[in-house]
Amino acid sequence: MVIEETRRKRLDRGIKVRTESLYALSTWREMAYMILPRLTLILGLFILPLVLSMYWQRVLCSAGIYALLALGFDFLAEYVGLVCLGGALFIGSGGYISGILNAYLDWPPMLTIPIATLGGSVISTLILLPCLRLRGIYFAIVSFMLPLLAVYIIIALNVFGGTEGISALDTFPNIWVEQYIILGAVIFSLFAIRRLVNKDIGLIFRGIMDNDQAVKASGINITSYKTKAVFIASIIGCFGGAYLSHLYSWLGISLFAMDFSIVPIAASVMGGMGTLVGPVVGAFILTPMSEALRGFGQLRVVLYCLILIGFIVYKPEGLMNYLQRKYHQFEYWERV
Amino acid sequence: MGDEGLLQVRDISKSFGGVKAVKDVSLSLIKGEILGIIGPNGSGKTTLVNLITGFVKPDAGEVLFKDRKITGLQAHKIANLGITRTFQIMRPYHSLSAFKNLIVPLNSPRVRRTTGGRLGDRDAVAMDILEEIGFERDAYVPYKTASSLPLGYLKRLELARCIAMRPEIIICDEIFSGLSMAEIATMVPVLEKLEMEGITIMMIEHRLRELFRLVNRVIVMNFGEVLAEGIPREVMERQDVREAYLGTEVDSVRD
Amino acid sequence: MDIHILIYGTVNSVIFALIAVGFTLVYGVSRLPNFAHGALYVLVGFLTWSFIHDLKMNYPVAIILSLIISAFLGAIIYRLVLIRLRGMATSEIIASFAVSLIILEGLRMQGIGGFKGFIGPFYILPPFIEGKMRILGVLIDFQRLIIIGGGLAVVSLLWLFTHHTRIGLSLRGIAQDERAALMLGIDSDRAAVIALSIGSALAGLAAVIILPLGNVTAEAGYRVLIYALAVCIIGGLGSWAGTVLASFVLGFAMIVSTALFGAVWESVVLVGAIILILILRPSGLLGKQKELEERV
Repeated sequence: MVIEETRRKRLDRGIKVRTESLYALSTWREMAYMILPRLTLILGLFILPLVLSMYWQRVLCSAGIYALLALGFDFLAEYVGLVCLGGALFIGSGGYISGILNAYLDWPPMLTIPIATLGGSVISTLILLPCLRLRGIYFAIVSFMLPLLAVYIIIALNVFGGTEGISALDTFPNIWVEQYIILGAVIFSLFAIRRLVNKDIGLIFRGIMDNDQAVKASGINITSYKTKAVFIASIIGCFGGAYLSHLYSWLGISLFAMDFSIVPIAASVMGGMGTLVGPVVGAFILTPMSEALRGFGQLRVVLYCLILIGFIVYKPEGLMNYLQRKYHQFEYWERV
Repeated sequence: MGDEGLLQVRDISKSFGGVKAVKDVSLSLIKGEILGIIGPNGSGKTTLVNLITGFVKPDAGEVLFKDRKITGLQAHKIANLGITRTFQIMRPYHSLSAFKNLIVPLNSPRVRRTTGGRLGDRDAVAMDILEEIGFERDAYVPYKTASSLPLGYLKRLELARCIAMRPEIIICDEIFSGLSMAEIATMVPVLEKLEMEGITIMMIEHRLRELFRLVNRVIVMNFGEVLAEGIPREVMERQDVREAYLGTEVDSVRD
Repeated sequence: MDIHILIYGTVNSVIFALIAVGFTLVYGVSRLPNFAHGALYVLVGFLTWSFIHDLKMNYPVAIILSLIISAFLGAIIYRLVLIRLRGMATSEIIASFAVSLIILEGLRMQGIGGFKGFIGPFYILPPFIEGKMRILGVLIDFQRLIIIGGGLAVVSLLWLFTHHTRIGLSLRGIAQDERAALMLGIDSDRAAVIALSIGSALAGLAAVIILPLGNVTAEAGYRVLIYALAVCIIGGLGSWAGTVLASFVLGFAMIVSTALFGAVWESVVLVGAIILILILRPSGLLGKQKELEERV
């Protein structure tokens, strides 16, 4: 009896190999190969609001916020080497600033959101500044504690509505503005960050992640570059926060809640760390899922933690890395 | 600038825990020379490099560059003055391709200042530097990610990162170690060319034969102190140097 | 007033030390940041309460049983999850924090499979000995004295364990140089399992000693985790003496600030202390962070 053994062989598609660095595309087929995935994402996100019901449109908005946070988390963790577990800090500072400007000074959302985005990112960057000297796990731990401590301070000082928060903030004119603002922001920041990480400044960020000593030896002040990176990530996060406070027309200490730190991480792990698009996709999958489970109360937190552990332990590459590999490679069985 | 040299180290000391890694070391680097620093393992050579380049703060003593005190400056500021170094344990940016590794130094304030911001296409400059140092331009090697490069190329990449800084002083920390004779043979002309361009080089090396072809002067270190200084041949004939240096070599062969 | 601060500051410091000592042990031995520490603390409180009230168990038996469960859980967490993530600090943090969320939020779950989680604030463990006494004119209840005694006992027993028993010595070996310890035939996975079991049991022990002062809530889990992290960061991760020192610094800082400004400020003092120490000494008070990786 002859035993036939086969093994699976994977090969990169020719176009993938050719497009690694410099490339020229000649045929429609090749151009479609490059453009199609991007187009699907953009069009998909823009068409979604048209087909969803009112309830799910709101869910889409909050999914957008988580997507922004996940994007910032992925950027900091995989391209700068700063594992920032305190996404809630960005949401909180952005949300509080825009809410306060709106409630106390009566400024309209179109003014408070840009101001809160900038002001919030300056503040959260300043808060994170002393921690930037820390490496690895130290930075992760401290950034994880900061949002919780912000809550304690707000309660202790009893300012900005204390534990109650401030309600009745201005909302957006209608649901379409609400949705397309956040979807536009998600897509814009996604492509902006993708572009950024391949620019010179992005290369320096990645150099810092790989080897900060060597970057120092190249005459570059790593603290100042880390500050820039944190600032970029906090702009994205603070925009989400500012938007959030107007979306729910409310601000309170739950803007610093753990949800805003943990869901983006779960989304990134699920979507595939380091792909930038993965975390966004992950957020748009996880948020509706947890919303569908809302009836089960605390069970949904338990469930998405189980998903998180499942992915991190058994499929650490995440969805997007897997899909990209499938897209760029073809497989066949080869007889040995 | 006086005759004493471009870079002067005066009575510098550093101890880690209870161990004195460098004890009262003084030396001077004269403009345009290649200085070799040799000594057995653990004699404080790498610590000396770290002290000069600001990666480690000295306990005592000072370093002067062009008669200006640079001790206490942060490492990146010292690098921007024109003192660059390679690392003994190579530190490439693993996730970047070889030529993108050079984009980091090409963005340093020093390069921006010296070129007046008119560097042009950084990728092209990076590629030129890599070719100069022995990466084949037309091959795929410069496009490979640094994590997949073989040792010889990594060592060259370390040196290329220094060259990209347009430095005045390059401190090479064991840049020949682990390379074959043939690979070293291709590196030597690069260093000679740098010397001709007026760059001062300090080489820390274990490969004595190759080193002695390059250097005009060597300093021997042992137990954190300067043991001897002078022309290579004369220094190596001294009894204490032979004992300190070659003694360990003989032991290691016997093991 | 001063004696009051002295006594209550000491109690507070010992509470910090008790909370942090398990976290430090696990991190010191296996470089695993066990973010499930606070969750295990609450879980033991909850289990003990349920054993007493639902299963009508004897108090000491309930305590011992829940400590054993906690130790087992620690081992299971390592075997099932963390063992596959060794060396990836981010993944370790994320995974252990997810475990923590599962435990804490799971405890709040209602009516699934007949399980009843936390409802309302009546989860109170009885003190070991009722009553109060006066020391130097300060009224103090026996439970707080037990905390001091218990804390001293735990720290000294741990010291004896790590310095004079075979397992303890091998744990310290792993902590100092994992590769060398591996070559000497010490199983790093086994050591980590042991460390996590002991660490989890210590979290539980802290819970049963401390919780009679207040009631058991799920939120306490997050607070305990924060306290443990704060102590360890200030003391320097993995440093024993640092942990004890930082417990006293934080414990007294909080009591003094409460006395001066009021109770709401104690958390703010916590922030201040952490940020100040980070700016002054990034590796903590007694942390050992290598200045440069390259050998001399």
